[in-house]
Amino acid sequence: MSHDHLNAIDATIAHIPSPGEQFFPPFSVTPELEAQVAELITHYPEGRQKSAILPILHIVQKQFGFINPASIEWTASQTGVSAAHVLGVVTFYPGLRQKCPGKFHFRICRTLSCAMSGAEDLFEVICRKTNIDPASINHHEPIGVSPCGMWSIEQVECLANCGNGPNVLVNDLLFDKVTPEKVDEIIAKYKQA
Amino acid sequence: MSEETSKLPKDIAAAEGKVNVQINGTWYQFPRGMRIIDACKSVGVHVPTFCYHPKLAIAGSCRMCLVEQGMPPRLAPGQAPSYDAQGYQHIQWMPRPIIACANTVCENMGIKTNSPLAEEVRAGVLEFLLANHPLDCPICDQAGECKLQEFSNDYGKLKGRYTESKTKKGKNLSVGPNINLDQERCVLCGRCIRFMRDIAKDPVLSFSQRGTHNAVTIYPGRELDHPYSMNVVDLCPVGALTSKDFRFKMRVWFLKETKSIDVNCGTGTNITIWSREEQVYRLTPRQNDEVNSCWMPDEHRLNYRFINSPQRIPQPVIRTDINAPHRASTWEPSFSALAEAIKRVPADQIAIIASGRMTNEELYMTRLLAEQIGTKHVDIVSRVKESDGMLISADRNPNTTGAQVILGLENPGSQLEMIRDGVQRGKIKAILCLGEDLTSPEAGFKAQDFENLNYLFVMDHTASDTARAADLVLPGVSFAEKFGTMINVTGRIQRLNKAIEPIGYAKDDWTILQSITKALGSNSPAMNAVSSMDILSLIGQEYAALENINWGRVGDCGLQVLETGVTIPLIEQEKNPQG
Repeated sequence: MSHDHLNAIDATIAHIPSPGEQFFPPFSVTPELEAQVAELITHYPEGRQKSAILPILHIVQKQFGFINPASIEWTASQTGVSAAHVLGVVTFYPGLRQKCPGKFHFRICRTLSCAMSGAEDLFEVICRKTNIDPASINHHEPIGVSPCGMWSIEQVECLANCGNGPNVLVNDLLFDKVTPEKVDEIIAKYKQA
Repeated sequence: MSEETSKLPKDIAAAEGKVNVQINGTWYQFPRGMRIIDACKSVGVHVPTFCYHPKLAIAGSCRMCLVEQGMPPRLAPGQAPSYDAQGYQHIQWMPRPIIACANTVCENMGIKTNSPLAEEVRAGVLEFLLANHPLDCPICDQAGECKLQEFSNDYGKLKGRYTESKTKKGKNLSVGPNINLDQERCVLCGRCIRFMRDIAKDPVLSFSQRGTHNAVTIYPGRELDHPYSMNVVDLCPVGALTSKDFRFKMRVWFLKETKSIDVNCGTGTNITIWSREEQVYRLTPRQNDEVNSCWMPDEHRLNYRFINSPQRIPQPVIRTDINAPHRASTWEPSFSALAEAIKRVPADQIAIIASGRMTNEELYMTRLLAEQIGTKHVDIVSRVKESDGMLISADRNPNTTGAQVILGLENPGSQLEMIRDGVQRGKIKAILCLGEDLTSPEAGFKAQDFENLNYLFVMDHTASDTARAADLVLPGVSFAEKFGTMINVTGRIQRLNKAIEPIGYAKDDWTILQSITKALGSNSPAMNAVSSMDILSLIGQEYAALENINWGRVGDCGLQVLETGVTIPLIEQEKNPQG
């Protein structure tokens, strides 16, 4: 909805360009994806195929980086619901994103314990070190991506490790008690990978 | 103590499958499993609602129907329940209110809709709803029929306490050919979403951005273009969904509501005509669970412009010589001219083509006219297309059943070809065409057929090619300008009421037919009738199928008088959701 030239309806599925897209394949229905999803749907009883929407969206997001209109429509066709319904699901969960993140996606906790142990300062440190513009991050576009497309950052709610804040999730790996020095180590480590 | 007096109210109610419920201090009996909101409504206690609609699935999302509720206290082990003098248990009121739409009544339940708690929670819900609602009532089309406006007035607080800025959402978005969406005005009740999903079965709407920016959205690239889509405009309790047709045309409080029926097909959907100063502004469906539930097809809803169209015939029009132009006339000379013309043609060379769009009263007068002339060539134009499987009947005439009963036609439309053939062979020399355009594809006449006729009389409300070829045209009225009854495809007789006065010098069709028959010398009792109600009573004396029918007995919701065996698909579906 930050797209002022679009109306509020078209903006719900508008493509938000991101430098991270170079690291992910564009959405396409491959035979492997089809097989994986067909198997997933069998986990749910007959008539309840729409329960598979969330797991399908997770697979799509993992593989293609983000959820685009084509994947929304494909998910709807696979589960027998309307595209509007899937759109409602996608726009509801902050964990489902419509903008492509970088190759390495930092999710920094902003819930109480981490906030008290310095998560806000840490957020700015990571932005500076990865060359991400924190001003580009707002309610409607919660993900900031570096111009090189390698790095992206997003503030998230509790990562369930409150005793050891501040916590940062990089892709699927959790780092606790993160300090600015530790950020350097993490960046160096992923740069090599 | 005898056995009779020892019986408690709960046992008496249970024997009938009912429960006792106290509403605002008075005890009532309701069937087990009834929703609290329906129970309150049935005894005249108003509970405000946004998301609840009797024909839609329950959502319970608006919280407007919160009421205070209580049950008898839970008994300690070994404790016996105690009853008051009337035999009811003491009610322990809950500190937490419940929603009346998603909860059902149970034995010895207490409900308060006017307690301080109930009033406070309602005011609280309204304060939240108004926190982000724009204050654009002066330019909002819904003003005057807006539930949020009404409830704020009745139950809300005078002053809002919010100083924060309101959330911005989409405004004035076109979501379909007939509908506009304003997301800021929406109270997120979801009625439109449930209607499109469950009734229209075209789920193009949903909530997106649930949370602060929650809004009703159509999937981008799709249109809200279902043939029944405009029902969501009626369903929307606020001004979020508005009709493009009616937008900014007229303030609703200026409009007069007239109960009538839709005349576009044999279903006879119950409608309300909204008019002001002899102009019709819109048609909306009116609830009738035996005919149309609460819905109406868009096509029929939008078919009202012909009523105030410039194509209407404002006065009698006569042609005095072959190929002379039409010129305006007055009523009395027209009747005598017509009577003379009819008398000049032998009775068996005169055909009367009536219409399945006429009321029973008009059809009755048509029968008397045919008897007075002595012709057997009487038929209507039949219009059979395909049913849409919901409310639009295969029969596009609203009163074919009436024509079958009143005119005694076994197979309406079957004589038409014979009449057409008679015209082409010169066996029929005069046609009295009542409310039809004979050049329409359904009637199948050609313009050159009229050249074989010595006399063509047309009674219609709107100019047509047949009227242009006629020797005499007398202007009748549209359905919005007359009283009358029609019988729908299922055999239900229903009333049309007059919303506006006839346009120009037009006259009610039945009086035109009465004057013609009178001019031909009839002395039937119908010649003394002064209103179509009188004619209906005469019909009630004459026809066994409509015995003792009269205007009062028909009522606003109609009366089942025949069993035709035809059903309305949408109503059948509503009665048996599984089947």
